[in-house]
Amino acid sequence: MKDLVVLRVVARWNIPFMVVFGLYVQTHGELGPGGGFQAGVIIAAGFLLYGMIFGAQELRRIIPRWVTDIAAACGVLIYAGVGFWAMGNGYEFLDHAALNPANPGGAEPWGMTLVEYGVGLTVAAVMITIFNEITEGTAPEDEPVNKDYDNPTEMDLPRR
Amino acid sequence: MIPDQLQHQIPALIVLTPLVLGLITALIGRRGLGWWIAMLASLLVFAGSIQLLIDVMHSGTYTVSYLMGNWPVPYGIEYRIDPLNGGVLCTVALISAAVTLFARRSVASEVSRDRLHFFYAVWLFCQTGLLGITITGDAFNLYVLLEISSLATYTLVAMGKGRDRRALTAAINYLVLGTIGASFILLGIGFLYMVTGTLNMMDMAERLDAIYITWGTAEPQYQKTVLTGFAFLFVGVSLKLALFPLHTWLPNAYTYAPAAVSALLAATATKVGAYISIRFIYTIVGTDAAFRGAIPTHVFIMVSAGMAILLGSYLAIKQDNVKKILAYSSIAQIGYIALGFALDNKNGLTAAVIHIFNHALTKGGMFMALGVVAYRLGNTRLQDLRGLGRKLPVSMGAFTAGGLGLIGVPLTAGFVSKWYLVTGAIEAGRYEMAAIVLVGSLLAVVYVWRVVETIYFGKRDEGAPNVQEAPITMLVPMLLLIGASIYFGVDANTTSWIAEAAAETLLGVQP
Repeated sequence: MKDLVVLRVVARWNIPFMVVFGLYVQTHGELGPGGGFQAGVIIAAGFLLYGMIFGAQELRRIIPRWVTDIAAACGVLIYAGVGFWAMGNGYEFLDHAALNPANPGGAEPWGMTLVEYGVGLTVAAVMITIFNEITEGTAPEDEPVNKDYDNPTEMDLPRR
Repeated sequence: MIPDQLQHQIPALIVLTPLVLGLITALIGRRGLGWWIAMLASLLVFAGSIQLLIDVMHSGTYTVSYLMGNWPVPYGIEYRIDPLNGGVLCTVALISAAVTLFARRSVASEVSRDRLHFFYAVWLFCQTGLLGITITGDAFNLYVLLEISSLATYTLVAMGKGRDRRALTAAINYLVLGTIGASFILLGIGFLYMVTGTLNMMDMAERLDAIYITWGTAEPQYQKTVLTGFAFLFVGVSLKLALFPLHTWLPNAYTYAPAAVSALLAATATKVGAYISIRFIYTIVGTDAAFRGAIPTHVFIMVSAGMAILLGSYLAIKQDNVKKILAYSSIAQIGYIALGFALDNKNGLTAAVIHIFNHALTKGGMFMALGVVAYRLGNTRLQDLRGLGRKLPVSMGAFTAGGLGLIGVPLTAGFVSKWYLVTGAIEAGRYEMAAIVLVGSLLAVVYVWRVVETIYFGKRDEGAPNVQEAPITMLVPMLLLIGASIYFGVDANTTSWIAEAAAETLLGVQP
């Protein structure tokens, strides 16, 4: 679809805003509406839009498979790591009071923020992985394409 | 000794160790590290669960409780361990450790090299789910962990495609039925949540008790909602447990999965299903509503269990693949467990709990023996086992000893469970059920003898390839489990102590 100028320009203009909005939802999440899951999906949507306009292989060029694999695992490890930090300091698993024992109520948002970053990372990575799994081998650029625009084959004509 | 701080954290660590190490396996498990990490996780979990069971049995109240994130009880997730789930936890951990040791050579021969680290990551997630279901005291948490273990299980079954493509259809079949079962469980929990407004199991039980008081009055409040919820739950769990007639996913899934996966699933997955039924019937809904209310569920379970014992054993006799014989035999053995908890008396419940453990040992060991056969021969058809008794003396000896345990010969663990079961059936006045147990044992003699005769008295074909005994890492865990099944048949003090304590806490009898 990268030959369609409208889509290309609109996507170019929109993707940065989508990612920034995702980051806003992420940072806003610990006390208000929003959070890691929604942020992860919004950020991933930005990348998926890129992948849909410019092709799945192009997406895999800017975010290779190994990056999403590691990011997915690291997100969960961040989540568990916050819990283990509490355990190491003599609190129950995921008891955020461990982050600031002097003011447990103030530590709660800190703990939630850290945990939500882990969630966001994993969700974004897994969404991109799902897209990669679905498009693998079926992306248009994987198939032979007729570059001879004056004599379009049946495959190149728009489907009705 | 273990420091107090660490000992206090054991309930959380039991679930977190395989989860975190599973993720690490997926990250850095290439180059054969996967198995080592999985083995480490299984051993840590096994040590932790033994320590936890000891704590529970010596705690006086028979309970150990752990609050996730230090949220107080009805609001947060509580991990609550009593003799019942402490025992099931040890069973799952013991089997996982033994089968992981067994898996190294066996899985390497069945799963392609570049996927091994994913296999062990999923393997650890499956353990996470099973251990988590057992340990948690929160109904919704149970459902989440059930999904984790189920999704991991479908993947593990499908990994058998390297040896037999039918593993894929078996996995899809299991996925569809398992998902229906899980949805029913979720619906059931939803109905109970609608009535009680809580998800903590003990809290739910208390609030349901308060609701039952209104049932006798002119306006029985919530009666239909509770019973509908229980019905959904029961059918869903029965699918997971493979209780007849909802067993259809089981034979193919066990037969076409990799050998180590069959051993793990047969010994743990359905046992955890049995634990969920016992927990929901006895602790949460309560026998008054479940058995003596508007629906006599125990009669349904007994009919299903009786059919499972008779038809499962009969179908096992007719199979030509030894793995399938064991799979149908598992359906019959699940019938014994279900019968035990349907009898609603102490001996019956003890039989159910003790059989969860004894059958896990026996069946795990027998599936490992077949894993050795598959490792050496490439398949487990009955005709290919002819005369293997002389070629694989240790494995086939272990298989025979396990077979005796399935029949319930004295001095094997199977005898202990059947003793409790028949006593419980007679105590409950269910003589026909006691008779069915005995007939089931006779049918077990037939299907075990059919294999044993082939192994020892069959003649190997002329040009059959020469086979030798399996490597030591496969023999040790197999002998460990079969040896334990004989040990706990001779000296059943420990197991019956724990099982009776579990039955007493479930029935509310003060010890």
